[in-house]
This record gives sequence, structure tokens and C-alpha cells, in this order.
Amino acid sequence: MSVLVWIETFEGSMNPSSREALAAARGLSSTVTAAVFGKNAAAIAAEAAQYGATAAVVCDDATLHDYRLEPYAALLTKLVQEHKPAVVLAVATAAGRELLSASAADVDAGILSDVVELTLNGDELHAVKPAYAGKIISKLAIKSGTKFVTLRGRAFKPLDADPAASVSPVAVAPVLSEAQIPVKIEAFEKESGKVSLNDAAIIVSGGRGIANNPKAAPADAGDAAIWKAKDGFASVLQPLVDTLGGALGASRAAVDAGFIPYEYQVGQTGKNVNPDLYIACAISGAIQHQAGMRNSKLIVAINKDGEAPIFKLARYGVVEDMYAFVPVLTAELKKRLGK
Amino acid sequence: MHVVTFTRSTPDTAAKVEVNSSGAITWGDAATVVNPWDEYSLEESIVRAKDLGGKAVVVAVGAEMHNEALKHSLAMGLDEAYRVEAPADPTDTLAFAVLAAAAVKKIGDVGLVIFGKESIDIGTDSHAYQTARKLGWTMVSNVSKILSAGGGSLKVERITEHGKQVVTASLPAVITVLKGINEPRYPSFIGIRKASKATIPVWSAGDLGAALPGKTTELVAYQNPPAREVKTEIIEGASMEEKAAKLIDKLLEEKVL
Ligand SMILES: Cc1cc2nc3c(=O)[nH]c(=O)nc-3n(C[C@H](O)[C@H](O)[C@H](O)COP(=O)(O)OP(=O)(O)OC[C@H]3O[C@@H](n4cnc5c(N)ncnc54)[C@H](O)[C@@H]3O)c2cc1C
Ligand SMILES: Nc1ncnc2c1ncn2[C@@H]1O[C@H](COP(=O)(O)O)[C@@H](O)[C@H]1O
Repeated sequence: MSVLVWIETFEGSMNPSSREALAAARGLSSTVTAAVFGKNAAAIAAEAAQYGATAAVVCDDATLHDYRLEPYAALLTKLVQEHKPAVVLAVATAAGRELLSASAADVDAGILSDVVELTLNGDELHAVKPAYAGKIISKLAIKSGTKFVTLRGRAFKPLDADPAASVSPVAVAPVLSEAQIPVKIEAFEKESGKVSLNDAAIIVSGGRGIANNPKAAPADAGDAAIWKAKDGFASVLQPLVDTLGGALGASRAAVDAGFIPYEYQVGQTGKNVNPDLYIACAISGAIQHQAGMRNSKLIVAINKDGEAPIFKLARYGVVEDMYAFVPVLTAELKKRLGK
Repeated sequence: MHVVTFTRSTPDTAAKVEVNSSGAITWGDAATVVNPWDEYSLEESIVRAKDLGGKAVVVAVGAEMHNEALKHSLAMGLDEAYRVEAPADPTDTLAFAVLAAAAVKKIGDVGLVIFGKESIDIGTDSHAYQTARKLGWTMVSNVSKILSAGGGSLKVERITEHGKQVVTASLPAVITVLKGINEPRYPSFIGIRKASKATIPVWSAGDLGAALPGKTTELVAYQNPPAREVKTEIIEGASMEEKAAKLIDKLLEEKVL
């Protein structure tokens, strides 16, 4: 019984969430092969060993330096055909989901995506996956063939690093040449330094009420509500995010009003997040918003309306105007956390 | 060349969805809606079919409830709608991909297949990629803007977890589109009337010449999640400072800071 884990990389480093996949793999088997494609693949394989890999296959080829589906899937599929692993795992990031889905289709195998629990009973793999925005739990199984699974971020706890563990990576050649790859990356604009909503342990989100900024918009600001909301995100919520080392989120109402880009949206048609701490500011707590954040370990709501539905979901509530309370909270936190 | 989009019906996002005593998923008499992500793919396919000088065709794979989504699509202005009869289990995505690819082949002369980002109910986020592999076509996911499509190539902006990319890809291709790529139109009154009278042709796997693969995944059971026991504590205090300090104490106690 062996498990193949795709280690996601970006610009020559391992995506830290891949440690979760290694831990889940070790939960299933003592034979875990890390598949590392891209820049620094050998060094990343060494890191993977510390987090649970017992073997590694690496391909550090220029065609694989940036993640692209076609060359990655061609190589992963070839490895699956040659190594015949019982299970193929990755974290359910955008790339992880598409890569494992594609490879599963190539070999006509089953895939379960975004699972939160995983067990192996003999040759049967059983998984638990939330559906209908967390309103339903589905229990699914793959009973034969290679089993492809993607894991919901933060659902599996990484192992502690074992500095003594190592592997001797086996180098393999890419399957597609650059001329055979149908997609070319022409330009890339990096969003730098931001903690991703998917990985964040702490998230602070703002809703429609963020437009009630007491600051006056400058005369040349155009739409005053948009100016006030953007100022609220930048000068009130962002300092709290920075103090906590977390990520910024938003409700759909804030996104739809043009207060903040869509990438920040949490909810049924936005990101599904499960941080340790979720602080909802000026968010009413509509069912579609809850769908994306109800699995947070602990929820705090800051809303000036004590009747807002978000208070039914929150462990702690503060019934205050966010513009009065959040700056004070940030200042207190800075003192207490020694920042 | 034609543009094909896939869609289906999902329970309204506000519906109370639960598992009943016989283990099936129900949402009472709440309405179904077109999968909300697909409003963007449907709009985009109307626009892109014009660019490519072909028809905008919409296909649903599954039971009759998906006719609702197809009628919504026709009412928006898509040219043709088909439904493919499929195995009952929508989580077995491989069977979907085989049928979807066969439907695209049957429609013929297709340059672009557009999917929504995800289905909001089961959200496998697998259907589009597997369809692309079964077609053997280029796959470009998470497209936020189509810069050009035609002449055998596609240029798009796409959002990754690390930023924004501009990529070129060869056609034919399968893409998934994000919310915000366009402003989906509302069905017109005339469109709704026309759609309500339309009969939707149904294709079987045999009609498509598709050999269905064996079942690859199995549904064991649906369950209602355990009730979330939250006891809400409202933080009281004489001043903002006092409330902030109390809240921080609680968060430290809970070990989330
Ligand atoms: C198909 C569909 C999909 C959807 N998907 C999503 C989704 O993914 N994510 C999502 O979030 N929503 C989604 N929605 C929208 C959802 O139904 C709600 O409309 C939305 O979540 C409301 O956002 P909000 O809480 O910011 O705004 P509101 O409901 O308007 O709430 C604003 C809150 O701010 C409070 N407030 C105002 N000023 C202040 C202040 N100064 N200080 C403190 N509190 C203040 C008010 O008391 C109020 O409670 C979806 C809807 C549909 C139909
Ligand atoms: N049975 C189906 N028929 C038509 N479209 C579907 C079907 N299942 C999923 N889709 C579409 O595939 C896209 C991705 O869904 P999913 O892979 O389930 O997250 C969405 O646009 C869905 O509407």
C-alpha cells in the first residue's frame, strides 16, 4: 500500500499546506512518495521528508517552473501509471483540485475532492466531505482502482518536522516538451506578502456596514460610499489584520458594492474558510455568508445591531460601531501581544 | 464555431437543505435555481458565440429537475438546450466527463466549452477538468477576463492563488469562469415565454455513442451535521477599552491568538 502525494510549489518553495497532505498520507500508509515538480525540486523533496515523505520523485525542468495543468498532469499521470500507488493525495487548492481531477480522468479512476476525513478499510477508501455549503455531510467511498483525493485546507494537522528524516529523490524527465504545451504564460502580476484566505489561522472580514465610516470623503473622491468603505478596509481593518498576522475577508455585499475585489469574498459563492478565529465586522450573517465561515473554530462578531443573525453563530459578540471599537481593539492587542 | 456551456439546477442558496428519515437530501418546497456560478458562464457563452460566429448551446447532464436550469438558460438567450440522461450519482464525475465530452462531439464544430467555477451544492470542482481531459482539449481555469478568442487561440486573464496571469492557449479549449467576468443579463419577458414553451431534447449515452465507465466513487450516506452548540457571550463593559480588554482575555483563554 503506497501513497503518492503531490507537493505544491511556488517559485521554488513548498506550499506549506502540502505538509497537511503528507500528514494525511502517513495516516494511511508508512510508504509515502512525494512528487515534486518545478524549481528546487530536490531541496523541496528533502523538506517533504522531514514532514513525512519516505521517498520522492522530482522533476526540476524549466517547463515545470510555473504550474500549468497540461505538463503537470502528463507527468503525474505517467507516475501513477508506473508506480501504481493505491492513493494519490494533494491539498484542495485550485491547482491541486484541477491536477488530481485531470490525472484521475486520464487513468479512469475515482476522485473525491475537498474531504475533511479519510480512512482506509482494507482496499476501500472512505471519506467525509461537507456538501450543500456545510448543511449536509456526505460519506463517500472509492472501492477499487487508484484513489485520488484532495483534502480541504487546514482539515489535517501537519506532523512535527523530523530533522533526521531524509530521502534520496529519484529524478524523472518531463513528459511534454515546451512545444507540446498548449498554454503559455504571457504575464504575471503577483499579489505579494498577503496571507491567503485559505491558509489563514485568523481572518478579519468586513461587510456592507463598512461604508458607515465617520470620516468625510474628500470632495474629489467620486463615490463617497466607496471611498469611505475602502478607507475603512485600509485604515481600520487592515491594521487589525496586520496585528494578528491574519488575512482580510469580506461579505458579498461589500464586494458587490465595489468596496473590495472579489478575491476577498467569503461565502457560498466566495471562499470557504476554516480559520481558528474569524472576526466578522459589520456583517449581518446571511446564510450564504455563514456557508463560507461557519466551520471557523471560534467566531467573533462586531456589529452595532444586537439583533443581527451573526450573533447566533458567534461565540463572542461585541455590540458596537466597528469604527469606534476596532481601533481600540487593535491598540489593546498591540499592547498585549507586545507589538 | 459553437460555444457549449454546461449547467444544472441547484437548490436555492437560502433553502433549508437537510437529510430526511430515509437518508435522502430534501429542501422542502424551496425552488431550485440555475447553479449561481453558471450565470456567468451562460452570459459569457452568449457573448463568445457571437465572436466565434456560432451558436450558444447549453447542456445539463442528469435528471429532469435540471430542465429548470436549461429553461433559464434559454430565457437568457442561449440558442439551444439539451439534457443528457445520466447515472443518478452526481458525485461520480468520471461518468459525467465521458458523457459531456460525447455531447460536445455530437454538437460538433465547437471551439470553446465554458463551465462555471463550481457547483454550490456538491462542489466537486472536478467536472470541467475531467471533461477537458476526455476531450483532449486545452484547459484554462479561473478565467476572470477573456481578452480575445478566435483564430485558433484564446488570450485570457486568470486568477491564481498567487496573483493574476495573462495566458494564451490554443483552441479548442475548456475554460471555467469566475464571478465578475461579466454582468449576467436577466431573462427577458419574451425569452421567458419562449423558453417555457420549448421542449428539451433528451440524449441517452447510446444516442451519444458513449461507453459509460463503471462506477468509480460511491455514496455511502448523507448525514445532517451535528448541531453546532454555540453559546454566545456578549462582551459588556463600561468603555471600549474595557470591552476590548475582556475580549482579548477570552481569545487568549481560548488559545486562538
Ligand atoms: C446565490 C447567492 C449567493 C450568495 N453568496 C454570498 C457569499 O458567498 N458571501 C456573502 O457574504 N454573501 C453572499 N450572498 C449574499 C447574502 O445573501 C447577503 O446579502 C450578504 O452576505 C450581506 O452582506 P453584509 O452582511 O455585509 O450586509 P448586510 O446584510 O447589509 O449587513 C450589514 C451589517 O452591518 C452592520 N453595520 C452597519 N454599520 C455598522 C457599523 N458602523 N459598525 C458595526 N456594524 C455595522 C449592520 O447592523 C448589518 O448587520 C449570496 C446571495 C445569493 C442570493
Ligand atoms: N450534471 C451536470 N450537468 C451540467 N453541468 C454540470 C453538472 N455537474 C456540474 N456541472 C457544472 O460544472 C461546473 C463545475 O461543477 P463542480 O465540478 O460540481 O464543482 C459548474 O458550472 C456546474 O454547473
